[in-house]
Amino acid sequence: MSAVALKEQELKQRLEPILVRHGRAPSGLIPIMQDIQAEFGYLPREAVEEAARWLKIPLSKAYGVITFYAQFHLKPRGKYVLRVCLGTACHVRGGEKVLEAVSQELGIAPGDTTPDLRFTLERVACLGCCGLAPTMMVNDQTFARLNPQKVKEVLAQFAES
Amino acid sequence: MTMNSCQPSLVALTVDGREVSVPAGTTVFEAARAAGIEIPHLCHHPWLKPTGACRLCVVEIKGARGLPTACTTPVAPGMVVQTESERVVEARREILDLILANHAAECLTCEKAGDCRLQDYAYRYGVARTSYHGERRQYPPDESNPFFYRYHDRCIMCGRCIRVCDEVMAVNAIDYAYRGFRTKVATAYEVGLEESPCVFCGNCVAVCPTGALQPKLSVGQGRRWEIHKVRTVCPYCGVGCSLDLEVRDGERPRVVGVSGGDGPTNEGLLCVKGRFGWDFLHSPDRLTRPLIREGDGFREASWDEALDLVARRLGEIREKHGPHSLAGLCSAKCTNEENYLFQKLVRAVWGTNNVDHCARLCHASSVVGLGMAYGSGAMTNSLADLEQATLYFVIGSNTTEGHPVLSLRVKRGLRAGAKLIVADPRRTELAERADIFLQHLPGTDVALLGAMIHVILEEGLENREFVAARTEGIDELRASVAALTPEYAERVTGVPADLIQQAAREYARAERAAILYAMGITQHTTGTDNVLAIAALAAVCGQVGREGTGVNPLRGQNNVQGACDMGGLPNVLPGYQSYRDGGLRRKFEEAWGPPLPTGDGLTVVEMMEAAAQGRIRGMYIMGENPMLSDPDLGHVEEALRSLDFLVVQDIFLTETARLAHVVLPAAAFAEKEGTFTNTERRVQLLRRAVPPPGEALADWEIICRLAERMGYPMSYAGPAEIMDEVTRLVPSYGGMGYAYLGEGGKQWPCPQPGHPGTPILHREKFARGRARLFPLEFRPPAEVPDTEYPLYLTTGRILFHYHTGSMTRRARGLQAIRPDPYVEIHPDTAAGLGITDGQMVEVASRRGSIRLRALVTDRTAPAVVFIPFHYAEAAANVLTNPALDPQARIPELKVCAVRVRPA
Repeated sequence: MSAVALKEQELKQRLEPILVRHGRAPSGLIPIMQDIQAEFGYLPREAVEEAARWLKIPLSKAYGVITFYAQFHLKPRGKYVLRVCLGTACHVRGGEKVLEAVSQELGIAPGDTTPDLRFTLERVACLGCCGLAPTMMVNDQTFARLNPQKVKEVLAQFAES
Repeated sequence: MTMNSCQPSLVALTVDGREVSVPAGTTVFEAARAAGIEIPHLCHHPWLKPTGACRLCVVEIKGARGLPTACTTPVAPGMVVQTESERVVEARREILDLILANHAAECLTCEKAGDCRLQDYAYRYGVARTSYHGERRQYPPDESNPFFYRYHDRCIMCGRCIRVCDEVMAVNAIDYAYRGFRTKVATAYEVGLEESPCVFCGNCVAVCPTGALQPKLSVGQGRRWEIHKVRTVCPYCGVGCSLDLEVRDGERPRVVGVSGGDGPTNEGLLCVKGRFGWDFLHSPDRLTRPLIREGDGFREASWDEALDLVARRLGEIREKHGPHSLAGLCSAKCTNEENYLFQKLVRAVWGTNNVDHCARLCHASSVVGLGMAYGSGAMTNSLADLEQATLYFVIGSNTTEGHPVLSLRVKRGLRAGAKLIVADPRRTELAERADIFLQHLPGTDVALLGAMIHVILEEGLENREFVAARTEGIDELRASVAALTPEYAERVTGVPADLIQQAAREYARAERAAILYAMGITQHTTGTDNVLAIAALAAVCGQVGREGTGVNPLRGQNNVQGACDMGGLPNVLPGYQSYRDGGLRRKFEEAWGPPLPTGDGLTVVEMMEAAAQGRIRGMYIMGENPMLSDPDLGHVEEALRSLDFLVVQDIFLTETARLAHVVLPAAAFAEKEGTFTNTERRVQLLRRAVPPPGEALADWEIICRLAERMGYPMSYAGPAEIMDEVTRLVPSYGGMGYAYLGEGGKQWPCPQPGHPGTPILHREKFARGRARLFPLEFRPPAEVPDTEYPLYLTTGRILFHYHTGSMTRRARGLQAIRPDPYVEIHPDTAAGLGITDGQMVEVASRRGSIRLRALVTDRTAPAVVFIPFHYAEAAANVLTNPALDPQARIPELKVCAVRVRPA
């Protein structure tokens, strides 16, 4: 998928079953948003607007709920989400340097996504595997005892072949 | 009345040692207030449901755990409440300390200083500064819209603005976004308010307890303690909102702001025009001295010179061509007293009934039609009463934009579960909320309403008892609507027959149904028929004469009801008293002196015609702008230019004033006293807040001076004395002397001093006895689309401008947000014509053409284009059809045929 906005028609087609499945009870806002995100990888604005109309919830309220939860993303996300750990153990063992290396290698700041929608970079407080510090996750895979050189190797595995 | 059965049980408690009894369910906050104790609070507001968010209203309740918030805690029997105990005070200090941790306390320059609740409480509890020195929220201020600033760093997250936008306005432009430390008040996607659903009513600004929301116009205009408030009436629409002008005295007293007055019409709420549209008062364009035409321009003159000239020239014309060669337009924007004097001048001094005003162009059909059917041409019910309805039928009224504060009553009713039917050629904001939306073609109202009556009678849904006891003419009505089947109506109106049936059934079966209508009904060659159809529908269903029902014409201008009441009409004396009735005429002759004319006077559009033909030679126009408000402007200009003498009295050099021989500078609403009568027949006092600019005078003073020069002394100490004269001559105003009006005014009929006024008309019987049901026959508009002019044009109003724009286009904020004229075109129609959104187009009718931008939107139907009529540079009325309703003489401003092409 390219970074261009979703075609209106296609968006509607993919959105409709989600809306129909959940019905119009306002309490369906969060589950609908979760399903939209599962379907599109993020929450496209047009889909949020359509869902708010469907539920008769003001868009400002829907936006308030979406931005309240860290799980929701308003911008397209990369195919691979990189979570660099900056918890205490990782911090002590050079997590910042790892983050800096990833950031430099991909040319994006934490929180951003590469223009080709391949990588999204995030910083997290602790991944819970302090014995492996400094660590980073790529989607569900964990990489241990990283350093700037190893970062390059890890990223190469996920680069377009 | 049964006193005991409905009385809620009382709960006794003690607040700070005072015993108080309040109804069960009352909050501790309200109970304390009832005991005369105001508990400190920031998030609580009488307009809003309590949320307990700010925690400042915590109190100590004996036996309760912790310190509960008074605004959310219901009273219980025997409760012992302490509102200022040591624990409470300590808690409040801590809460204020925490709030200040994230508040930019810039009281030295903050406009709100002196009127800021946070400042008040910090002072009261001695919290000079925060003791928490961590990170602060650093959001930049939002300065993007023309009306107010939002300073995020002064926001205390009380949520009042969010809740007023939701609970009162039902607009929901803003909400909290993000969480925790990053929380802020924001629009969806943080777009500027202009791109959000915001309507800029500013009620959020009004409820903000701190300086987070600030009107731009008031910045730097003075500290709060240098400003005093003057309670008066809004100069815009017919709702007649009570407002407080904020005045800064000094060498040149100025209005520096406006806040909502807690009157019966608006309960403190305002719309964008009332709150932010006042700065025209101090516009450099205000007329300050009389002007006399000299060649193509004007020269300034003294009052003596100008008035001598007016008196001499009008006198000469009267002498030479007779009294009926003169005509006057009084004004729906001037006070009752001024309109009364104006028509008195025309009738008693000039000796003609040629007096009319722009009510002719808005609700002449209501005055005539409701007069014929019910015996009184005014709104039957009241604004507050509208909230009692269980169903609203809104037809030909874009209430949200035309009467914004009134529309809040409807929204409140909807929130309480009322149903809504909207009939309109355009999908208005209310149509979006409607249970049933009937998008009929312009000028097909009789077919639509007739078919509804057809369904009701055929299905036996009429209120037989009401019809039998209180109406006459049911058989004629029944026979006439036999042919108006829903299927026939579908062909004529474009509305599916089954929707018409549904609407008819819902309306007839509703417990209390209120009809609201405006110019979509009246501005037609069938305007009177349309009104008669509405009157018949309501009477057949017995939906009139009770709370929450009625036929409610929403009057357009602030005093159009009053200008009619005062006899600013060519066929009746003040109070709708006929000069054909010898007894009534003699009453006025005895009061005024000279014998009064008995021949029918000319209406607005007829005056223009007569002027063009040379039958009218001299005109006096007070506060009206026919060069923008009347149909077929090309013809109006020709007519006004052909006059021997034209005198225009206004606050600005309007399009009409530019054609005058003499221009007289008048005082605006904030600069004089008098009364306005709003759409619910409520007479309210106007108060002088600032002096008029330069040598401008109140209209009543000018009329008096002119009358005197024309040989008829008019000497009044002030408007109160003029009203006293009115009370003696107009029975329904008998109790309207200033001393009896009170703070909220009174609704006519109010026949004698001390009478409470009349909120609902036709309760026991109709003003004319029985309601008359007139037979209905559908007639198409005078001009319908054809191959040459294939589209319907309908004209109307928008939220941000008012009438001919002489005031709103000189209000900076209003002009900034809607600077340019436009024509609404349906996407399909636009595509067919090769027109894209924002493109310049030419719209032409048989009478003329204008150029303006296309706004491509599906608010309008494919066959219909819409143009707001406020803009002189692309005046919709260049295009409109001056064809008249045969009875009300109102022109068909709502329908004509046009063609549109790229320009």
